[in-house]
Amino acid sequence: MAQTAFEDVIEDFEFLEDWEDRYRMVIEMGKALDPMPEALKVPATKVEGCASQVWLHTSVDAGRFHFQGDSDAMIVKGLIALLHRLYDGLPIADVAGVDARAELGRLGLHEHLSAQRSNGLRAMIERIRLDAAG
Amino acid sequence: MYDVETIRKDFPILSREVNGKPLVYLDNGASAQKPQIVIDAVTRGYAEEYANVHRGLHYLSNLATDKYEGVRDVIARFLGAKDSEEIVYTTGTTMGINLVAYGWAMEQLSAGDEIILSVMEHHANIVPWHFLRERMGVKLVWVDVDSTGHLDPQKVLDAITPRTKLIAVTQVSNVLGTVVDVKTICAGAQAQGVPVLVDGSQAAVHMPVNVEEIGCDFYAITGHKLYGPSASGAIWIRRARMDEMRPFMGGGDMIREVHKDEITWNDPPMKFEAGTPGIVQQIGLGVALEYMMGVGMENIAAHEAKLRDYTRSKLDGLNWLQVQGTTANKAAIFSFTLDGAGHAHDISTILDKKGVAVRAGQHCVGPLMDHLGLNATCRASFGMYNTEAEVDTLVEALELAHELLG
Repeated sequence: MAQTAFEDVIEDFEFLEDWEDRYRMVIEMGKALDPMPEALKVPATKVEGCASQVWLHTSVDAGRFHFQGDSDAMIVKGLIALLHRLYDGLPIADVAGVDARAELGRLGLHEHLSAQRSNGLRAMIERIRLDAAG
Repeated sequence: MYDVETIRKDFPILSREVNGKPLVYLDNGASAQKPQIVIDAVTRGYAEEYANVHRGLHYLSNLATDKYEGVRDVIARFLGAKDSEEIVYTTGTTMGINLVAYGWAMEQLSAGDEIILSVMEHHANIVPWHFLRERMGVKLVWVDVDSTGHLDPQKVLDAITPRTKLIAVTQVSNVLGTVVDVKTICAGAQAQGVPVLVDGSQAAVHMPVNVEEIGCDFYAITGHKLYGPSASGAIWIRRARMDEMRPFMGGGDMIREVHKDEITWNDPPMKFEAGTPGIVQQIGLGVALEYMMGVGMENIAAHEAKLRDYTRSKLDGLNWLQVQGTTANKAAIFSFTLDGAGHAHDISTILDKKGVAVRAGQHCVGPLMDHLGLNATCRASFGMYNTEAEVDTLVEALELAHELLG
């Protein structure tokens, strides 16, 4: 079981049969993501390896992992929102134990998980794991 | 009568599905699909007729050499070249232009000399010249296009100074579809003694080409865009320019004699073709060009002009979509962005779910993207086998993308 916020999405997805509705929901989740302050969009937070622009700013507060993210591509921003539900608020020690690929696979978003895709999901997950490892 | 359905049957991949939908392949600007006869030629080349070329005296080596060398005549015919010895085999336009940069320009240019480029060149016609800028202090002079994507030939000629040693320009923009009046540029440049390199990577796919009529000095083509195998291609080099060139790559095939302290070159064009080449690829290219000439380049151009007009009228009806490149006689290449929301990658991801393959990104044209003030676009680029029904599918998929992303 992942965090509740993510399990809620899994539940919602079960009612959505066609890909258009799933994409619609991913995009809506991206739009609903808390805006990332422009001041945090600096070279250090930019995630390389993404065809679109992606920024991730991570932090630790009271032993829990937090991050803010943004992208200029809406589907990618939706994927960031999914990662947010998966990771944000986790005890720092638990971050490394999350199998993000498997969790996102449960959503049927397989096409975003292969190594060839240029949306940079793998690069984002790697950045989160690296930052959490300190 | 151009029967596109008959032509489609020649391309086996066009009958497959992607994501559960019939494939609508609109990424021809990146690479074209292959007709069965090209696939068969490649298979036969390896299955029955393979050996290295120019080396052996045995039966298969002679057979492979004859087939491989015979393609030079086909390319010469395809390009309207008088002499097949002016055809140098390459792996595509990138290699062709690098050959000119290293083999010709490095010999002929010195610090402070100028190369004129249009702002809509592909990186293949930019980066080799940047090498010369970095290494030799050659100056790159850029000519802008107007808001429709038109390149005024007079503006190119006005950029000529006493230090101009080369004009390097595309005949068709891979992003805007703009058809450049290279003939006027060449006439004006020749009058001032300035050689012209034409990047024909896109143009040769869509229209009849005659290098003698154009009057250029170099004309580069790309096999994989011409319905031929990847890593096949050629560059036509006017004999007078070829005589000024030194070899670029060294190795087998391009030499006559090699001793410890002395070396002599093979005759052109082999002087510029080092190492074992893409034998079967080049044989496949010959078959692809024969196929295109069999259909008729004028007929292909007419079919694609109809597709262009149809696409333009359909896309003009989408008031939330912006097409880049609006010249009347452009090639059937449409780059676009969606107003307000939707990154090019979002759009292409949704189109892909509908079976529609387009390119999304910067299309290897950094300076043009800067000029347009854009980060990325989607590009639908058409080929000889595309149909109006596929344009309709594209438009439906775009409407869905607009709805999802809006």
